[in-house]
Amino acid sequence: MAGLKIRAAILSVLFLAVFLGAWQLATAPPGATERELTEYEIMMGLGAGSGAGMPAPTEVFGLAWEELSRPFHDSGPNDKGIGLQLMYSVGRVLAGFALAVVVAVPIGFVIGMSPVLNNALNPYIQILKPISPLAWMPLALFTIKDAATSAIFVIFICSIWPMLVNTAFGVASVKRDWLNVARTLELSSLRTALFVILPAAAPTILTGMRISIGISWLVIVAAEMLVGGTGIGYYVWNEWNNLDIAAVIFAIIMIGVVGMLLDAALAQAGRFLRYQE
Amino acid sequence: MSLHFIEVENLARTFPQPGRQPPLTVFEHVNFTIEKGEFICVIGHSGCGKSTILNILAGLDAASEGAFVMDGKEVSGPSRDRGVIFQNHSLLPWLSALGNVSFAVRARWPEWSRRQVREHSLSYLKMVGLAGAEHKKPSELSGGMRQRVGIARAFAIEPKLLLMDEPFGALDALTRGVIQDELLEIWGRTHQTVFMITHDVDEAILLADRVMLMTNGPDARIAESVVIDIPRPRDRSAIHQHPEYYTIRNHLVDFLITRSKSLQGRVGGPGQQPRSVNPVRGTGVPDPGGTPRVVGGTG
Ligand SMILES: Nc1ncnc2c1ncn2[C@@H]1O[C@H](COP(=O)(O)OP(=O)(O)OP(=O)(O)O)[C@@H](O)[C@H]1O
Ligand SMILES: [Mg+2]
Repeated sequence: MAGLKIRAAILSVLFLAVFLGAWQLATAPPGATERELTEYEIMMGLGAGSGAGMPAPTEVFGLAWEELSRPFHDSGPNDKGIGLQLMYSVGRVLAGFALAVVVAVPIGFVIGMSPVLNNALNPYIQILKPISPLAWMPLALFTIKDAATSAIFVIFICSIWPMLVNTAFGVASVKRDWLNVARTLELSSLRTALFVILPAAAPTILTGMRISIGISWLVIVAAEMLVGGTGIGYYVWNEWNNLDIAAVIFAIIMIGVVGMLLDAALAQAGRFLRYQE
Repeated sequence: MSLHFIEVENLARTFPQPGRQPPLTVFEHVNFTIEKGEFICVIGHSGCGKSTILNILAGLDAASEGAFVMDGKEVSGPSRDRGVIFQNHSLLPWLSALGNVSFAVRARWPEWSRRQVREHSLSYLKMVGLAGAEHKKPSELSGGMRQRVGIARAFAIEPKLLLMDEPFGALDALTRGVIQDELLEIWGRTHQTVFMITHDVDEAILLADRVMLMTNGPDARIAESVVIDIPRPRDRSAIHQHPEYYTIRNHLVDFLITRSKSLQGRVGGPGQQPRSVNPVRGTGVPDPGGTPRVVGGTG
């Protein structure tokens, strides 16, 4: 087992090295490394200077070092540290997500317990679910009239569906036997909901939360590109307007890292709630 | 009127069938009585409605007809004075062994302190030989240990009536034997009234004061109530040598092989108690060959 992990780690590092090497070679200025490059260029069909404008990895690393050494600096709307921008985005995601939890989990619970309500609401859920959250943006801007709050609303609307559907499913598929245990013990409905149904459905509910936060993080970048002002999405758009491609690449990597951390946090929470039958 | 601890009168259960078919009568005219402290086993072929009867007694299912009177009061719906041990243990998998038992104990005595609940639960886990494994989750326990937790949970709430649906059905013969011994010992101490379903004739003889025999379904009835008067305490390893053992065993096996089928839908009637049989004394034993001879015992 340990051997497997070590071999996988070595291979991972190797892949990264090959990728970075290829990137470095592809973006190296022509002339400086002419001799090594010719063969590679012929093989890849690259003309000289095709990498012009595309930053080399060293350039991106340099910028990353600079940015990460002062992540929270704030020198006006168009020059904020990457940490600060990420905090704006994460804050919006968490706010919208928390609102969605408060709404989706109780409603999902009720839907899961009542087949009638489930059937009654299902058509609406099925229609609302596939709507791109960004399609709500104009409506949100029109009614809420505040860009930052509209972004939170968009996150709310996109994270509500996976949680609603998963909660309802988890609650509906709680084993009859466990409910019978509660019935023979004459547990009240509230206690049954809290101490039998909730823990039984918790892993499924958490899976819904994990999907939701993943989608939220995808959507926030696009939403912030639209509403502007602050956030990692705005940062990317702003650097694109400055034609600072190194900064764009750096931001892309940071988006991936933060998304991974958000997912890992919920995965960790899921480990506490998961049970084995 | 009610001289008996439990009286079941004219119980029937029908299920609606798809289409225009007439409803399916799983069993009807089910009458029996149970005294306080009695250990009753029910035997019958698969599908005759044993679990359905047990679920009705537990209050988890409703009878189509008839009444169930316990302690002079007609009962409907589940209640904590009836404990159930389910066929597939049905422990809550996110709770430890101790958590599962205390869950029931806390529901039974909400006014108890945390410590009282814990000590009471632990004493019952100890009784089934699970001291030291109380913090394990059901998934970390063997099949036999899980069933023991289920037994501890049911006994711990000290119900007036304990209902067990093939509690050892999924266990291997060795484990089954060990747990049967434990069950006998606990029952000897607590003298709870027990209503237990089993498929195993030897298990029924070892445990029961009386064995109720059900004819095949549909239209099943309880045809006979067989007295097992082998003295207690009974020893699993020596009971086979008891002179009456095979007389009783042959009677039960004979019922399962021939009479359960030949009597299907042909015995009993409204208000009629099952035929009371003592194979050892030869009372109530039907004719060899199993000709149905309706004898209206009055219990
Ligand atoms: N919800 C239901 N709807 C329709 N028929 C049912 C339902 N529940 C049980 N039955 C029928 O009632 C009959 C008795 O079922 P039950 O589970 O009580 O049998 P059993 O004697 O416990 O059998 P086994 O020994 O296999 O557990 C079966 O024929 C079954 O098909
Ligand atoms: Mg059954």
